[in-house]
Amino acid sequence: MIEGFINNLPMITILVHAAIPLTIILVYALVAIWGERKIAGFIQDRLGPMRVGGWHGWAQSIADLLKLIQKEDILPKDASRFLFRFAPFMMFAASYAAFAVIPFSSSYIGSNINIGVFYLLAVTSVLTLSVIMAGWASNNKWSLLGGMRSAAQMVSYEVPTIATVLTVIVVSGSLNLMTVTEMQSGNDILGFLPNWFIFQNPFLIVAFIIFFISILAESHRVPFDLPESESELVAGYQTEYSGMRWAMFMLAEYADMLLLSLLGAVLFFGGWNSPFGEFMGGPAWGFFWFMLKGLLLVFVMMWIRWTLPRYRVDQLMHICWSILIPLSFINLVLVALWEVIFN
Amino acid sequence: MVEILDNIDQREMVINMGPQHPSTHGVLRLELVLDGEIIKKVTPNIGYLHRCFEKYAEQMDDYSKVIPYTDRMDYVSAINQEHGYVLAMERLLEIDVPERVEYIRVIMAELQRIASHLLGIGAFGLDLGAFTPFLYCFTEREKILDIFERTTGARLLYNYMAVGGLMKDVHPEFKTDTADFLKTFRPKIKELNDLLSYNDIFIKRTANIGVLPKQVAINYGASGPVLRGSGVQWDLRKNDPYSIYEKFDFEIPVGMGEMGTLGDCWDRYIVRVREMEQSLRIIEQALDGLPEEGDVTEAVPKRIRPKNGSIYTRSESPRGELGYYIESNNSASPYRVKARAPSFVHLGMLPAISKGSLIADLVAIVGSIDIVLGEVDR
Repeated sequence: MIEGFINNLPMITILVHAAIPLTIILVYALVAIWGERKIAGFIQDRLGPMRVGGWHGWAQSIADLLKLIQKEDILPKDASRFLFRFAPFMMFAASYAAFAVIPFSSSYIGSNINIGVFYLLAVTSVLTLSVIMAGWASNNKWSLLGGMRSAAQMVSYEVPTIATVLTVIVVSGSLNLMTVTEMQSGNDILGFLPNWFIFQNPFLIVAFIIFFISILAESHRVPFDLPESESELVAGYQTEYSGMRWAMFMLAEYADMLLLSLLGAVLFFGGWNSPFGEFMGGPAWGFFWFMLKGLLLVFVMMWIRWTLPRYRVDQLMHICWSILIPLSFINLVLVALWEVIFN
Repeated sequence: MVEILDNIDQREMVINMGPQHPSTHGVLRLELVLDGEIIKKVTPNIGYLHRCFEKYAEQMDDYSKVIPYTDRMDYVSAINQEHGYVLAMERLLEIDVPERVEYIRVIMAELQRIASHLLGIGAFGLDLGAFTPFLYCFTEREKILDIFERTTGARLLYNYMAVGGLMKDVHPEFKTDTADFLKTFRPKIKELNDLLSYNDIFIKRTANIGVLPKQVAINYGASGPVLRGSGVQWDLRKNDPYSIYEKFDFEIPVGMGEMGTLGDCWDRYIVRVREMEQSLRIIEQALDGLPEEGDVTEAVPKRIRPKNGSIYTRSESPRGELGYYIESNNSASPYRVKARAPSFVHLGMLPAISKGSLIADLVAIVGSIDIVLGEVDR
């Protein structure tokens, strides 16, 4: 429907259409950074930001952003100038580009292509590249160590992520995220449960757990925040970055968190489908439900961050290669068997 | 092919960790030789916080003017540093200290020990990426500092003990304040254990890391929780009692290799947690025995001029054996003051126990020996 629309519209409308995810990301990043600080404060028996803007320091992120914009643009003397400047923007561009295939509501998706999931996973691989680029271009040993860790970590954890996404694809039979979401409409399981994939197949619960652990590692969150572990590597690949470029990294990191959480919401929790069937349905409510599901997963990520210590490099690799990957492939086979037998 | 591999092997990276690094606990600089992330060699470089304590002590023209300088050695446990110094001076001058003073000193020293361990444990967790336990520890430490603040007027560097007594008596509600703290603190230790000590990731990160065998620990002259973490039952409060510690009933927790090898980071860590419980026991008994009446300044000499001679006195600071060697030549200022700082000794062991580990392990090891750079450099 939308596709037909767009072909007949002037360029400016297409740009507006494409900028919707950007607006969502920017607003979300400001809220999420403030929210993370409030959540951290709540978990740690303190208040968090309270001053800026009056009510519970709601304007803190905006103030921080303004400060970062005004900062001097520092370029290390021996850095590789082009790569150093390019890396943060490439990182953000990769996360932003991936939002194109996320169905935000039943009437809005950036690009309704047939290979949505495939495209998303391919585009997010560029994140790894930009992290290595930043680590290498800084000409700093700590950055280099961070970049090396990140390369190993993200390449490894992409395998279980893809394997679990594949499990869902086995059930849905489509790579189009809009179709995947539409398949989860209705409340038929046990008479009241929504038709979300996580309720459809017991092995998909296992798949979700593996998927969630993997996206924690993919988006560099505790306990897998090794590339930027501040107590070991100062700030990892971000060490030499400051001001606006650093802000781009932060933005990309938060965007990545949201992206992977939303992917989880689409694949396992019915995307924009309301949990109450037709009640509170429709495009606008769909957007609300979808963001709610995504933000809940983001909240869980924050909760984990402020509770757990961090794994070590070799333990991280051990978890990935000898636990998650075999488990996810066995799970894939089991899900496929279940589908063959029961459906 | 073989040739290339040989070349790769030789390419080591020299990297400076510190003096401005989030987890070197101050201004320590470690020179690391790395092969990938594996540590080939560690060389600690110290001296960034050197303030000529020993030389200053000789120029003070007054023995009691040295006390504020002892505060600044280990600023995390200032009371224990003062305690060691006044003990040495009292032994040199052969002063008998009133009983009330001794009780207050013990309570203060044990409160300070808890505060110091809380900081050590919290910072250790922080090194391993656990941010929240650090703030929980600080909340509790804050309560102790409040008690100190009400009595001494200061929160970090107290200048509270005097040769032969105390600067002033405790504040009127001292007993109830301390008793309240004891009541609320016990459950918090359990909370800390649930959150951090027995956390699976935490155990994975600390067990079998930085193993310090018993014999090596003794040979290097380790003391305090580092030595006890290696399974040696050695605590000066029991083995060479000073002040009135022989009156109290408490145990010496030692590492038992519960989670891995004896003498690993987890053992050193858990010794500190258990020591806090023992300190609570001592404080409870001391609060019961604290005499109500008594002038805390009655034995403070007007003028301090010891006879020719020297003394070495050691006491158990939260970090280990704190020794003061004082030599007097019958003048107003000491001829020589030498402090034996446990952190300095422990830092010397670092190259021996961290070889072959990863950078992440090195951070854990530095955190587990709990050094304070003010004391290392003096």
